[in-house]
Amino acid sequence: MNNFVILPIIIPIIAGMVMVIFRKRIIFHRYLSVCSIIAVGIVTLLLILQIDQEGVQTLQLGGWEAPFGVSMVADMFAALLILTTCVVALCCLLYAFRSIGQERENFYFYPLFMFLITGVIGSFMTGDIFNLFVCFEVMLVSSYVLISLGGTGNQLRESIKYILVNIISSFLFLVAIAFLYAMTGTLNFAHLSIRVAEAGQDGLMTVVAILFLIVFSLKAGLFLFFWLPGSYSAPPTAIAAIFAALLTKVGIYAIIRVFTLVFYHEPEVTHLLIGILAGFTMILGAVGAVAYWDIKKIITYNVIVGVGFILAGAASLTAEGLTGSLYYLIHDMVVKALIFLLGGTVIHLTGTSRLKDFSGLIRLYPGLGWMFFIAALSLSGIPPFSGFLGKIFITRGTFEAGFIWLGIIGLLTSLMVLYSIMKIFINGFWGTDTSEENEKRTTKGLLLPLGILTMLTITLGLGAEGIHHYVDLAVEGLINPGNYIEAVFGTRSVH
Amino acid sequence: METLMSILVGILFAIGIYLILTKTLLRIILGTSILGHGVNLLIITMGGLKKGGPPLLGIEDLTYADSLPQALLLTAIVINFATTALLLVLSYRAYKVLGTDDTEQMRGTENE
Amino acid sequence: MKKSNDVIIRSVTKVAVVIILTFAINLFISGHHQPGGGFIGGLAFASALILLFLAFDIETVRNHIPLDFKVVAAVGVLISVLTGVGAMLLDHPFLFQAFGYFKLPIFGKTELATAVLFDIGVALAVIGTSITIIMTIGDDR
Repeated sequence: MNNFVILPIIIPIIAGMVMVIFRKRIIFHRYLSVCSIIAVGIVTLLLILQIDQEGVQTLQLGGWEAPFGVSMVADMFAALLILTTCVVALCCLLYAFRSIGQERENFYFYPLFMFLITGVIGSFMTGDIFNLFVCFEVMLVSSYVLISLGGTGNQLRESIKYILVNIISSFLFLVAIAFLYAMTGTLNFAHLSIRVAEAGQDGLMTVVAILFLIVFSLKAGLFLFFWLPGSYSAPPTAIAAIFAALLTKVGIYAIIRVFTLVFYHEPEVTHLLIGILAGFTMILGAVGAVAYWDIKKIITYNVIVGVGFILAGAASLTAEGLTGSLYYLIHDMVVKALIFLLGGTVIHLTGTSRLKDFSGLIRLYPGLGWMFFIAALSLSGIPPFSGFLGKIFITRGTFEAGFIWLGIIGLLTSLMVLYSIMKIFINGFWGTDTSEENEKRTTKGLLLPLGILTMLTITLGLGAEGIHHYVDLAVEGLINPGNYIEAVFGTRSVH
Repeated sequence: METLMSILVGILFAIGIYLILTKTLLRIILGTSILGHGVNLLIITMGGLKKGGPPLLGIEDLTYADSLPQALLLTAIVINFATTALLLVLSYRAYKVLGTDDTEQMRGTENE
Repeated sequence: MKKSNDVIIRSVTKVAVVIILTFAINLFISGHHQPGGGFIGGLAFASALILLFLAFDIETVRNHIPLDFKVVAAVGVLISVLTGVGAMLLDHPFLFQAFGYFKLPIFGKTELATAVLFDIGVALAVIGTSITIIMTIGDDR
């Protein structure tokens, strides 16, 4: 029992509720949101140190022993993701202060943001598949409101699509849970792992596993990403950035968790399928990114490529591949937030998202230009930035697992990603300054979060050795589900 | 009994999916609602439809009903209720702003 | 606007609301060992308020019950979460509930449980959310 485990979930929810009560005090909202995110970050840091020393930390809510109660489990994998979530959320918040606008702030922007973070962190930490559903819903309901906040025509149109797709995938999730419960009689991850391992993963169980894969793919944007480009380009920059950084990652987390902890017995079927889907996702995403001449579209398609690439590592189910996935997952959260914020800033400065309508931005905004350059290199995995290590490990993992085609697709699509981002850089930042008014719009306050994220992507690249120990621990936990199970049940034997 | 329930769930799913595939927003919302009911019935069926007392203190019974699917169901209903309400409000707003509730006419990516 | 003929619903509402509210509280209290509890009690309570909305109009009811129901929901969730935090302060797992038997003047030997506090939070959250939803759908601006 370790009550620390629950703190990252309840701090944001308490902060959010207090904000709802004191609705009118926007300044107070800002301070409270920043403070609570920082508090969550500190708690998570402590938690990481504790996990490093004592192994996986668990908490049985209300003292009800697993599998009867709801367990919260913080292993290294989850804790690292939560820490990244905090950093990214903080940067998006700082950006939102300057850019989100009075009207949205008055309409519960900060509380909703907090609930979104609650849902995301809850999903990372829950040890129970139904609780995962609940946390997903907390996250999704907040995202439904955030995406439609402001209510322009385009936003409403996209949010209706987004909500419908997610409602239907939630129903599918429930169907999958119902079948799983009927077959195993439990919903606790650790218990599921034991029972599935005992009974063997027969054909029916694999079908259920694939049903889960479909559900999480819809949420993560793995192959079933048709809803993603529209929805992510509709809301304002800060919201789009947090969506791109976090929401798809929760789906990815769920896939990795479920397919390393519970359904890992039939990799010839399930993991091959994940690999094939990841391959298609990368190709289609890269084609989309290359084809469009619109900043928002290019960067949203890059989200899709990233999803495919991370899951290519997960599909290999080798230590190397999973290490790569985890490195790349952390990198992707940071750099996707960065690139979305940069893209949003460019649109804010030029007033258009069409690439052919502006050029020569680097003359007026050198800082922004160079940050964009670094983000572009990092996104396509060029050393010494953070994407490089993940790329190496994932590619090696796929080769090791015999998915050579997948590794090659991954490398080819990185080139396409590089081209698509450089297209923005060359067309938008180089060239002669074509803007007529030639006035310099203010970027004050917007550059700070961008700077933090840029520094982070550089440090994650150069200082990868520093987090290597923790990543290794996380991957070891994923490869050997035994640690996780033992942490949940203690020394009791459960069948 | 389980067979009957399964058939009922199938019928509800069919109706729900049919409605979701139509063009009017209101019908789509009704479709999701009916689909939700189908899912809820599925959960309760999957838990096993057996006779037994409620799992409460002070009730002496030989068999007890499984309370977990019911707890899941309750949560699912609440979430379904909230999302349906949100979707209703949103599509009403969309109807007012975009001037149509026909998804065919809503198409497009331009911000008018 | 033509004045609508709603004598019957208004008269019935005046009586029914009291009955429903009493029943809601009964449901809430019986929830500890019998079917009932904060969730269902809160819903019954909300249904009474919704009946008021139907019989009179939203403005009238709002003038007489000047509560922001979003705040009610928030307070409810806060109470529920804080009971959990209280358990943490006493070094129990989050959401741990304690109970004990006390001799009270009128009731005699009574069981008092911290779960009731949690349930009060749930009830407030349910009341707040459902009324907020109904009011958002119901009032057309």
